[in-house]
Amino acid sequence: MTSYHLDHLQLLETEAIHIMREVAGEFERPALLFSGGKDSICLLRLAEKAFRPAELPLPLLNVDTGHHFPELNEFRDRRARQLGARLIVRTVEEAIARGLAQPAAGEISRNRLQIPTLLAAIEEFRFDCCIGGARRDEEKARAKERFFSFRDSFGQWDPKNQRPEIWNLYNGRLNPGENMRVFPLSNWTEMDVWEYIRRERLEVPSIYFSHQRRCVRRGGQWLPANELVPPKPNEEVRDLIVRVRTIGDIISTGCVESPAATVDDIIAEIAAARVTERGSRADDRASEAAMEDRKKAGYF
Amino acid sequence: MAPVSRIPVPVDILRFNTCGSVDDGKSTLIGRLLYDSKSLMEDQLEALERSADITGGGQINLANLTDGLRAEREQGITIDVAYRYFATPRRKFIIADTPGHVQYTRNMVTGASTANLSVVLVDARHGVIEQSRRHTAIASLLRIPHLVVAVNKMDLVGWSEARFLEIRAQFEEFLPRLAIKDVKFIPLSALTGDNVVTASPHTPWYSGPTLLGHLESVHIASDWNLDGFRLPVQWVNRPNSPTDAALHDFRGFSGQIAGGIVRTGQKVLALPAGMMSTVKQLWTYDGPVAEAFCPQSVTVVLADDIDLSRGSMLIGLDHPPGAATDLQARLCWMHPRPLQAGKKYLLKHTTHTVQCLVTDIVSKLDVASLEGREAPSGLAMNDLGEVRLKTARPLVFDGYETNRLTGSFILIEPGTNATVAAGMLLPPRETVKPESADYVI
Repeated sequence: MTSYHLDHLQLLETEAIHIMREVAGEFERPALLFSGGKDSICLLRLAEKAFRPAELPLPLLNVDTGHHFPELNEFRDRRARQLGARLIVRTVEEAIARGLAQPAAGEISRNRLQIPTLLAAIEEFRFDCCIGGARRDEEKARAKERFFSFRDSFGQWDPKNQRPEIWNLYNGRLNPGENMRVFPLSNWTEMDVWEYIRRERLEVPSIYFSHQRRCVRRGGQWLPANELVPPKPNEEVRDLIVRVRTIGDIISTGCVESPAATVDDIIAEIAAARVTERGSRADDRASEAAMEDRKKAGYF
Repeated sequence: MAPVSRIPVPVDILRFNTCGSVDDGKSTLIGRLLYDSKSLMEDQLEALERSADITGGGQINLANLTDGLRAEREQGITIDVAYRYFATPRRKFIIADTPGHVQYTRNMVTGASTANLSVVLVDARHGVIEQSRRHTAIASLLRIPHLVVAVNKMDLVGWSEARFLEIRAQFEEFLPRLAIKDVKFIPLSALTGDNVVTASPHTPWYSGPTLLGHLESVHIASDWNLDGFRLPVQWVNRPNSPTDAALHDFRGFSGQIAGGIVRTGQKVLALPAGMMSTVKQLWTYDGPVAEAFCPQSVTVVLADDIDLSRGSMLIGLDHPPGAATDLQARLCWMHPRPLQAGKKYLLKHTTHTVQCLVTDIVSKLDVASLEGREAPSGLAMNDLGEVRLKTARPLVFDGYETNRLTGSFILIEPGTNATVAAGMLLPPRETVKPESADYVI
């Protein structure tokens, strides 16, 4: 007897494919934000499932802060080539040179400067919709965000004035200059993402797996030792066997000591984990409302 | 070969929403479910403790887990629908936490529209109040198949069985008038955790499951509609420059099945074009399949060359839907600018957006009883009403009570593009007759 039953990953998958196709159906010039991180790797597979055998009807876009892990950029470029997709990269460096982004005195982090870089890219290509891999389980402000997240002509998110989202009916209508951010993975958790990577046998960048790295103890975390913010004489530096759980910039991504060498190991590690994924991101720990403030300004 | 993992994978997803009035303890209940099912992480607990020092006089407030935005923490209210996730080895759960204050109707409709189950919280001291009736009625209106009445704060009434039975009797008075078939009553205390995840020693008179036990075991497999195939076409799949010659003439209709089952070789009717064809292939990325069912996403290749576009619907020949431009529906109004009869809106139904005119407001519904009252001149935010609509192009639809996906729509205000209403269609007066000669090409 046939059982008409979908398991949790199949339910999440069909929901995400539906959203991808709504984007293709409702928007003139959509783009998919692809960083090479685990969430956007799932997005790419979902795009293949939504649009094959045709070509992907949207280009890939990445904002390169200049502080990316080199392994990540190598993977990003290779994966885009494999899929025959168009990859657009815009850099914070270039945005600074053109006066679109302005670092504050002594500001090393590129976190804030990603925002004007992204907004300038949206304007340059007149994108009316960007698909992103954000998930609601990542952070409290994200937990309140819609699948179709409306941004005004300044790229701002207004959490108190979001369009109600009812059933699977998404309102994608925009006036000129306005923009939509769409998050097909809203209902996915970190565990779902890894289980999907396992089921689909997706390749992920090597830094997610255990490797040896020189790390510096800073702000209660092990950060990769790097040239941008070199270790100070009083900081502890050690060679450790680590992996990254979430990928941000090289100066703010905490490394966790881990022997996990396979996707199965990672899933076992997450099942036993007692700290959330973004607990290793210094950018979110800045204040309790850090993400809320960045999103209001146009961040993802 | 990769070693087989021993970590159990959840078998499906239960979506539920929680509702209650301001101090019924909703957020505390969710916090308790997360905390006791070990779904909270150390950094979340630390963040809770940090905020407790600032606002809570040192006491950890489980409600802070869901009240995420700064404005909410400052005002001590929940602004919007917040989503929370947790999993047990048996199921993955998606919680929509819908606030109980003034905007409750709009927010609850939003949070509950995709729910399998609603948890209505009742304060054991106050019993059934107007809000409990409203929340239950909205759950019924939205055809949420399962309801849990969580009689909370039982610790404050001395774990009295008599009080629990009294509240249950109050509920059972108005339940028969509603459309909810499966109702469960659970005595609990969110604050102390009794009967939330672990069985309470204080309620020897209660032999039912804990709240989590019930959420893990309630049968939801039959909640999807498997009668009457419906595929709203989302996107037409036509490869531009196929490398594979076999794909040169490929034309597929992509969409998420909104009802029923489809098989290769089956006859289907394309509406509103009214053309009959046969399913040649069900294309998926993972290879062709012999059959597919609701809510899977597929790409259908037909035997005949029919020109369909986004907004068309493919249907099976059994259980036909209605197709009409004159419609009757129940609306939940969601916008500060009231609905006025005679005004034009955009109506989005499945993958189809059409112009529409609200011709009459037939009645305003009493939120607690769902009974119609006088015909008003308008509907204000949070009002429920029954209306007549006329659309510029025909909708292919089912009554909301038989299919939540093909029986629902939203109204969009032209110009501002605001989503102003959620609509539930009444059953069609007559259905499409596929056997009629009109439909043969």
